[in-house]
Amino acid sequence: MYFPCFRKNANAAMLSNYEVFKLLTDLKEKRKDSGRNKHSVGQQNLNTITYETLKHLSNTPCSRQSPEIVKEFLTTMMPHKLTNRAEKLQLLNHRPQTAVEIQLMVEESEERLSEEQIEELIQTVSDILPGDPEQQNVAPAEAEMDEGGEQS
Amino acid sequence: MFVLVEMVDTVRIPPWNFQSKLNEAISEELNKKLANKVVYNVGLCICLYDITKLEDSYIFPGDGASHTKVHFRYVVFHPFLDEILVGKIKYCSQEGVHVTMDFFDDILIPPESLQQPAKFDEAEQVWLWEYETDEGAHDLYMDQGEEIRFRVADELFVDTSPTGPATAAKETPKKEPPYTLIGTICEPGLGLLSWWNS
Repeated sequence: MYFPCFRKNANAAMLSNYEVFKLLTDLKEKRKDSGRNKHSVGQQNLNTITYETLKHLSNTPCSRQSPEIVKEFLTTMMPHKLTNRAEKLQLLNHRPQTAVEIQLMVEESEERLSEEQIEELIQTVSDILPGDPEQQNVAPAEAEMDEGGEQS
Repeated sequence: MFVLVEMVDTVRIPPWNFQSKLNEAISEELNKKLANKVVYNVGLCICLYDITKLEDSYIFPGDGASHTKVHFRYVVFHPFLDEILVGKIKYCSQEGVHVTMDFFDDILIPPESLQQPAKFDEAEQVWLWEYETDEGAHDLYMDQGEEIRFRVADELFVDTSPTGPATAAKETPKKEPPYTLIGTICEPGLGLLSWWNS
């Protein structure tokens, strides 16, 4: 608990999970190279928070994103009537795949978006943001089973 | 989930660090001071983002260290109200479901914010959702380690600065976390991820 330092602007900008993921990954690399005082008592807190935050973020969609993907996502999102920056941010961070998830992140989605628009949104999110490769391998296998029942 | 906070502080660099570049010495000091610490009414500080302005460095009589006023931006964990987050269930108690996000542990979902009707199983120390279907009631257990999606309903900052010796002697110090998030899962789509994955 620290009572500091004068705070100029408490919410200067919101960061996407990807930006923080990249920042911490780069920081880790830089500190690995310098090596000399990584383990000193003072640096222990930075090590801990870096390790744990990366651990959490690596299980989320942001670990598969890049600056190009984020830029493409924001450009494609423009015509979708999502006025709120926070809404786009949540879609980017979570990569929702169902209408129920969209409704959680987009305020009053039932009034603002039709069913087709929600489907479109899910499709855009799915197309631009890379998903979990483990999960994606399941879907094609099921499709094969449906089509060719006799094939072994 | 994360915000950039602009801050100003005076950084003290002891003489034995004078051989390092000023920017590096300052970055190190700032991270030593703030990383993994909660700042009252701001959030959990993660790491330094950048230094925006360095004022002149001064050396004061009696202290060989240099003092520099630094304007900088710090990455802080501070989810906004109503934000959707995903964590793991740490454990359940009478107080509710305790959730962790690896780097941040003090998240609580109180009993009234669980999917209703909810019941606490004393034997297994776990909360469960008595989910009603046409076939009857299904008990959905909220087990340890399960991934859970929740909405931020409230946040609590507690000033844990040390109090004077007068009060400290009498009270048994109750360790309150400096920053707590109160969550809710009382909405379609919230709760264990396994409940909603088709």
